[in-house]
Amino acid sequence: MMKDEIRLNTPLSDEDVEKLIIGDRVLLNGIVYTARDTAHKRLVEAIKKGKALPFNPQGQIIYYAGPAPAKPGRAVGPIGPTTSCRMDPYAIFLIEAGIKGMIGKGSRSEEVKEAMKRYKAVYFAAIGGAAALLSEYIKGAEIIAYEDLGTEAIYKLAVEDFPVIVAGDVRGGDLYEEGKRQYRI
Amino acid sequence: MREIRADEIKRAVKKLCMDANYYLPQDVIDALRKGYEREVSPIGKDILKKILKNIEVAGKQKLPLCQDTGVAVFFIDLGQEVKIVGKSLEDAINEGVREGYSEGYLRKSMVADPLFDRTNTKDNTPCIMHIRIVRGNKVRIAFVPKGGGAENMSRVAMLKPADGVKGVKRFVIQTVEEAGPNPCPPLIIGVGIGGDFEEVSLLAKRALLRKIGQHNPNARYAELEDELLVEINRLGIGPQGLGGRITALAVNIEHFPCHIASLPVAVNLQCHAARHKEIEI
Repeated sequence: MMKDEIRLNTPLSDEDVEKLIIGDRVLLNGIVYTARDTAHKRLVEAIKKGKALPFNPQGQIIYYAGPAPAKPGRAVGPIGPTTSCRMDPYAIFLIEAGIKGMIGKGSRSEEVKEAMKRYKAVYFAAIGGAAALLSEYIKGAEIIAYEDLGTEAIYKLAVEDFPVIVAGDVRGGDLYEEGKRQYRI
Repeated sequence: MREIRADEIKRAVKKLCMDANYYLPQDVIDALRKGYEREVSPIGKDILKKILKNIEVAGKQKLPLCQDTGVAVFFIDLGQEVKIVGKSLEDAINEGVREGYSEGYLRKSMVADPLFDRTNTKDNTPCIMHIRIVRGNKVRIAFVPKGGGAENMSRVAMLKPADGVKGVKRFVIQTVEEAGPNPCPPLIIGVGIGGDFEEVSLLAKRALLRKIGQHNPNARYAELEDELLVEINRLGIGPQGLGGRITALAVNIEHFPCHIASLPVAVNLQCHAARHKEIEI
């Protein structure tokens, strides 16, 4: 039997993330910020120079995604997760800066998992390739930084019941490893 | 000679780009449904249910299934009795891509320089074209929008002939295992065996065009396809790599003669949004 889905509102607190364990299905509500490769590079450069980030990172969630263009009448185009490991070298700095959640797909590095434990952050998996469906849970979108990057700009997304799965928790749990171990023959 | 206007090809390609990104081939949908029924992991089953729901939403709303609408790859069989008039075949295809990706609200993912500037070309051109001259007076165009996640985890190996079937199997399975969740399983696995360094990669990608359930006509290769599928689904990777028994929907092998000293093998991974569509003009 699967547990019921857990509804969470952003920003996330330490208590919110501490109760999550790998395999939990979560419905996210509130604000989520997108950032991919180049946006991460710029965010971390800003952190290293002591400059302000385009948004306050405390308790926030970053979604590793770059949408397709929005059709008229839709808040945002199809938007599924991209492969997270490309963001690993940058993610540690953002977790230190206060980020509580990351949404992506695929395994994370040991360093990221360690930072998640130390600073209490979680890693959510969204379904890669289910981009049209995922865009249905996004009710608003605006570009707040790095517009020159096109699809890689930072979007502030207003989400309602956006479905994700806890793939990495604050205790170092990793669903990619656990799931594979469980079903391997 | 039969004359075909380049503009006709352009219009057909434009529609092809949009349709292929909105609608999955029926055989892929059927295989995903079957996978949903057979998956034993509750999370895996839930994921497959949402993947099927995504196909429904994309089709109904005419939205791309995945935001990564890929590099535009074309396999073109050009009849030798065809004369293309108006402009070059290459220009016609690229213009079709440009218009299809713009008017179809598809993401543009091509950068002009691969290493230094990496500036987006903003219209998803240039496309990648593989052209064969064949008998007849028709043009057959197969389009595969190939996403970065699955393409990045694809591999080529120049094995030794002594590695044999065992070596080929080991390499294919190792590629899938190392790819893990990144190429968005459940996968369709295109395998090329033989030819040379570049031909084997083409074989592997061409194998992705084959209908799921259709085997290599050679019985020994067909058997190898079955064996590989069973072994891959024992890895436990599952839908999205979060654990399960449905890691791959199909293994399609294409083979070609090769040099006495070589045994080239290529594995081209395709995600569950296994988009491709063919037309004939």
